[in-house]
Amino acid sequence: MLLLQVLINGIVLGCLYACIAAGFSLVWGVLNVINLTHGSIIVLGSYLAWASYSAWGIAPWTILLVALPLFFLFGYLLQRGVLNRVISARVLVTLTLTFGIDLILNNAMLYFFKADYRRLALDPPLGSLIWGPVVVPWDRIVAMGFALLMTLALYVILRQSRIGRAIVAVRLDREASRLMGVDVPAIYAIAFGFGAAMAGAAGVLMAMVYPISPIASGAYLGKAFVVCVLGGLGSVPGAVVGGLFLGVVESLGALALGPEHSVTLSFGLLILFLVVRPQGLLGRRGFE
Amino acid sequence: MSRTIFLVCLAAITLVGALPWFDSAYALRLGTLACMYAIMAVSWTVIGGFAGYPSFATAAFFGLGAYSGGLLVSNGWSLVAAAAVAGALAFAGALLLGIILLRLRGHYFAIASLAVAEVLREIANSATELTGGGMGLNIPLDVKTGGGSILGEASYFFWAMWVLLIICFVAVRLIERSRLGFGLVCIRQNEAAADMIGVNATLYKSLAFAFSGVFVAMAGTLYAAWVHYIEPTDVFDVLFAVKPIVMALLGGLGSAAGALVGAVAFLGVEELVWRNFLHFHSATLGLLVVVLLLFLPHGLISIVRRGQTTSAGAANPPGIPPGIPPGIPPGIPPGSPDGSPDGSPARKAGSHG
Repeated sequence: MLLLQVLINGIVLGCLYACIAAGFSLVWGVLNVINLTHGSIIVLGSYLAWASYSAWGIAPWTILLVALPLFFLFGYLLQRGVLNRVISARVLVTLTLTFGIDLILNNAMLYFFKADYRRLALDPPLGSLIWGPVVVPWDRIVAMGFALLMTLALYVILRQSRIGRAIVAVRLDREASRLMGVDVPAIYAIAFGFGAAMAGAAGVLMAMVYPISPIASGAYLGKAFVVCVLGGLGSVPGAVVGGLFLGVVESLGALALGPEHSVTLSFGLLILFLVVRPQGLLGRRGFE
Repeated sequence: MSRTIFLVCLAAITLVGALPWFDSAYALRLGTLACMYAIMAVSWTVIGGFAGYPSFATAAFFGLGAYSGGLLVSNGWSLVAAAAVAGALAFAGALLLGIILLRLRGHYFAIASLAVAEVLREIANSATELTGGGMGLNIPLDVKTGGGSILGEASYFFWAMWVLLIICFVAVRLIERSRLGFGLVCIRQNEAAADMIGVNATLYKSLAFAFSGVFVAMAGTLYAAWVHYIEPTDVFDVLFAVKPIVMALLGGLGSAAGALVGAVAFLGVEELVWRNFLHFHSATLGLLVVVLLLFLPHGLISIVRRGQTTSAGAANPPGIPPGIPPGIPPGIPPGSPDGSPDGSPARKAGSHG
């Protein structure tokens, strides 16, 4: 029965991973930019949730309504103002540039929030769902539900809306979509905005489950990498599959080898997949 | 890098060797750090500059060298022997790893090389019996290193790092002038074409990866013995992977001389920032990176080049990245070392979909 509990923990974790990775995967796929600020934006989202809950008592799920447009705007402006200038430069340049921005964000967070761990403890606590031998805290279930909801929303936007189709078109063939009248720099900025909004929202949800600290940004970024590579780049279903896979593998690995090896396990998996199956589990390039 | 530039750089490094006579522990510390950074940046040039593969494995090599060498030194080995073993270990490891990882390109290679450091750090963290785990590893003071006095020891490690820098710089120069270096530049410009004309791309890239690791690992050993205490988060720090890249970009990508200049300039800026904005030093570093990439993407050397070309009256045709020896036409635009707009992971995956 321990196994069942571990599996369910893994699935809950995996849904959160999927939400973390979906935006990262979108930016990577469409812009060909590895957004190293992703982890810091997640932590910023967590701080937003923490600050508004402790100052005004606004529940994290309500703050999502603020976080999504706010982080979209942040991402949009960052892309428009800074990244679009070097978007066609070599991999190294964009990678290093986002690293520089990440240093600034991380330093700002350390300065304003200090390195202390903070905890968003809902009052009154939501309690736990007890179902036979399996116990799952309700806050995790709520976070998982919203994570799935947002990932689904991103999928629907990419599939159904005009802007979503334009994003996918740019991902497929930048030159052709430019000839079709798509404003490519604007689409880049919107895609980056979506990525940042997903990150910020994921951060709000993470705040319900995990302690908040600027140091966590690297770990989140690492998860996003691994999930992207596992599931296959640039597709929302890929992020979901990769997220669930990583969540379950990490939970089972923690059970079998001990929790201290979970990072080694996930990065070992990353290298293995990069070498053996770089197209990811789904095995196709994702064009929604 | 022309012969003149090489000799000028070598002379400049040699002059720095006089630092211990100034009797300042602070200057010695800075000098040692400068040599260490220069070793990292110059080494990185081999894989990142010549071959055009964005390697983030410098931190992995550095940590590997620090831990393997540090363990040997604390078991009574001499510093030179420990550094040599650490270098050989990194060379062999990088060669093997390179055969696997260098099939990846662009972002995928960057991430895989970054992951190597993460895995090594976690291993160092969890192998508590051997490495001390998160508590770190103490490397005992050795009286032989500089007669026990503070300045003596500082001079000893400065000279050790300095000698290593000279060896590294000359070695990279030799690589640049050799068949290997020429092959690497071919690979950067168009790997498929290089393969076609008979460059053994896998071997060359792996060798470049190994050469970019060997001196960094030796510097890691010296560092461990110098600071007497290492811990996994310290020596496998991702900043050790990024700083060499920033230095190389600062100086001008693709030349060892540029990396050398960049390392010194970077250290200067870093030191200034540390002194004046302690709370904002990483933000200032980040700002420097952003400004550098936006406004001076070809590095400090491009200012010199721009001056030369205007005075000579012959402007460089646009699109030639710096660091390519004259006479070799650029194969592909500098925008995409991986050649494909969406960064297809590997050749075998690129053919797919």
